[in-house]
Amino acid sequence: MATPEKTDLTCNELVELVTDYLEGALPTRDRLDFERHLVWCSWCRDYLDHVRTTIELTGKAKDVEPPSPLREQLLDAFRDWKRTRE
Amino acid sequence: MVASPAAVLRLPKLGLPAETWKPRRVPSSTPRTPVLADDAMVVAALRRGDEAIFTTLVNTYSTPLLRLAQDFVRTRAVAEEVVQETWLAVLNGIDRFEGRSSFKTWLYRILVNKAKTRGVREARTVPFSALAPEGEDPAVPEDRFRGPDDQWPGHWASPPRALDTVPEHRLLAGEARERITQALAKLPESQRVVVTLRDVAGWGSEEVCEALGLSEGNQRVLLHRGRAKLRAAFERYLEEE
Repeated sequence: MATPEKTDLTCNELVELVTDYLEGALPTRDRLDFERHLVWCSWCRDYLDHVRTTIELTGKAKDVEPPSPLREQLLDAFRDWKRTRE
Repeated sequence: MVASPAAVLRLPKLGLPAETWKPRRVPSSTPRTPVLADDAMVVAALRRGDEAIFTTLVNTYSTPLLRLAQDFVRTRAVAEEVVQETWLAVLNGIDRFEGRSSFKTWLYRILVNKAKTRGVREARTVPFSALAPEGEDPAVPEDRFRGPDDQWPGHWASPPRALDTVPEHRLLAGEARERITQALAKLPESQRVVVTLRDVAGWGSEEVCEALGLSEGNQRVLLHRGRAKLRAAFERYLEEE
C-alpha cells in the first residue's frame, strides 16, 4: 500500500538527496527509494518542482546593468573592433 | 503553515509516477532581452557588427561576469579588466565560434580562463578545493519536518507550496529571476562559483571540477547547498503575495 513504512526514506532525507538524484549520482537502490517516495508524497514532488523551477530561473538570471564607465569603455572597444573589420 | 493531521492521512494519495511527472515549464520569454534567446542570431549579429546586440549582451552579462571574476582575482579593478579582456576575446573570436556549446557557456569559459590566468599572475589562486564543504548545512530547516515523536517523523510539517497554485504571472515576473539572482550573489564564494558555472553558464560537472580543481563529490555538495539556498529564496518570494 502507499503508506510510508518505517524503512522508507523520510522527506527530510529526500531533500538532501535531490541534487545527487538530478545529477544521476544516486546508486540504483537509492534512486529507486527516491522515486518510490515521490510516488506517494506529493509534497516532495512539489519540493522537486521548486528545485527544478529554481534551476531554470537561475539560468535566466536577471542582474543589474554594469557601471556606465565599464559600459562606455566596452562600447568604445566595440567601435574600434568594428572599424578594423570594415 | 503547519499541515493538519488530516493532511497527513491524505498524504498517500497516489500521484503521477516520477517518470511521467514533468516540471512545470516556465516560458522563456524575457521581455527586456528577447534578442538573446537565439544564439545563432546573436552570433550573426555580432559578426556583422550590430552595436545594439553587443550593448544588450554587455548589459545582460557584465555584472554576473564581474562578480565571477572577482572570485578569482584580488581587486575589483582587475576584475573589470578581466571582463573587458573577455569581451574583446569574444569579438576577436566570434568568427571562429562554431556553436558547439551555447554562446553563454563559451562566454563564461573565456572569462574563467582569463580570470584564472590573472589570478595566478596575482598570486591569488582561489583554493576552491580548500573551500570544500564542511559541517551541516541542511537544505531545508529541521523545523519544517515532523519531530521524532510524531507519527511520521522526518516528514513534512510545513510542506512547500504546489507551484500549480501559484499564479502564472508570479513565476514569469522578472522579479522571480531578480530575487534568485540576488540570493546567488549572497552565496558563500565556492557555492556561488559552482552554481554560477553549472546553472547560469550551463557547464557540465566535469568541466566545473576541472576548472576549479574539485572532486565530483565536493562539486555536488557545493551545488546542492547553493541550489538549496536559491530555492529557499524562491520560496520566500512565493510566500510574499
